[in-house]
Amino acid sequence: MPITVKTFATLSEAASALQADRTTRFLAGGTLVMRAINEGDVSFSTVVRATDRAFGEIRPAGARITLGAGVTMAQVMGHGELTFLHPVARAVGGPAIRNMATVGGNLFAPSPYGDFTVALLALDATLAMQGGYSGRETPLEEFLASRERNTSLVASVTFNRPSPDAFRFRKVSRVKPKGISVLSIAAHLPINGGRIAGARVAYGAMASTPMRAKSVERALEGRALDESGIAAAAAAEGTSPPTDALASAWYRREMVAVHLRRLLTGTP
Amino acid sequence: MKTPVQFKHNGSDVAVFVDGGASLLTALRDGVGDTSPKFGCGQGTCGVCTVLIDGEVHLSCITLAETVAGRAVETADGLKSGASLHPIQTAFMENFAAQCGFCTPGMMMAAKALLDRNPAPTRADVVDAISGNICRCTGYEPIINAVLAAAGNRQRA
Repeated sequence: MPITVKTFATLSEAASALQADRTTRFLAGGTLVMRAINEGDVSFSTVVRATDRAFGEIRPAGARITLGAGVTMAQVMGHGELTFLHPVARAVGGPAIRNMATVGGNLFAPSPYGDFTVALLALDATLAMQGGYSGRETPLEEFLASRERNTSLVASVTFNRPSPDAFRFRKVSRVKPKGISVLSIAAHLPINGGRIAGARVAYGAMASTPMRAKSVERALEGRALDESGIAAAAAAEGTSPPTDALASAWYRREMVAVHLRRLLTGTP
Repeated sequence: MKTPVQFKHNGSDVAVFVDGGASLLTALRDGVGDTSPKFGCGQGTCGVCTVLIDGEVHLSCITLAETVAGRAVETADGLKSGASLHPIQTAFMENFAAQCGFCTPGMMMAAKALLDRNPAPTRADVVDAISGNICRCTGYEPIINAVLAAAGNRQRA
């Protein structure tokens, strides 16, 4: 079935078109929407695009970093101020996918995809939404909880630059260098006076969307990043991982503790 | 409704009409008549549709055709120069890097994207460059060797 493609110069026009019609999908890099078209998905008949320059811009402003939702993984990897995110962007697809896949698209990638979003969750990112509550900053966690019902356009993602060495990321896949996640873990563990202050830990492929590992955060908070602190973290608590072609739910639950420990101890 | 799209195809100006939502791969194969990029998975997973857009490696099956308007698209069909093979093609032939040949055009374009930026890649660079391209019969070793050989030939040339 032919699709109607509507291209707009501004994000606000695109957001209006997106909200006006339920059978409309927004196309950024194409890795999700074009795939759906190729598979014969009939749940949408119109595709909306935006050529707004801001959509593809990286804007570091001191401690705050804003990524336009149309920024690609390759752009992240090529930006000198985003070195802590290079391993995350690098974990998404192969070189061609990284030239196409966007930060915004990754927010909508169904499990077990969405590794970049796992990192954004650990960085406590907020989203600037266009349409609906226009201009409102939405916490990423809140967005993920109602992702399936979302009709707004994500314009950009903003987060604080982590202090050096405070941010860690690990993706577990069976095929290297390009493989889909068995699971992924991102952690932001700022150390203040030898103690973790403001721990944020996020998992990918451990629930239907990227999720915060709140029991792990509680266990680590206020402790030193040593054996006793790490031992207290009940890694699998609160998770509901899927069983898919890559791993069973049981395997993911068993493995997440192993990989969390390796991430926290800096073991390869 | 058909949409006109004009772009550079292997250095030549082309204009095709595409259906709404048509992929670049469809535009190339059915519109331009260049069947060197293949349709494999249609999901951006296998890499047989790999082309270069403005010199950067992309998957044509999940690229909306009209997004390449005014841009330069390169396919494996444009590698040769008259009767002369491109060094990558020669290296693939000499290193037995094509068996059934279905992944080969995509592999060669992924290799070209690498060698255009990095004329002296390491083995790890090559493995990364072709990591988005699946081969189910030749095996990856001859392909990796061919890309390394192409880099060597280029440096000597």
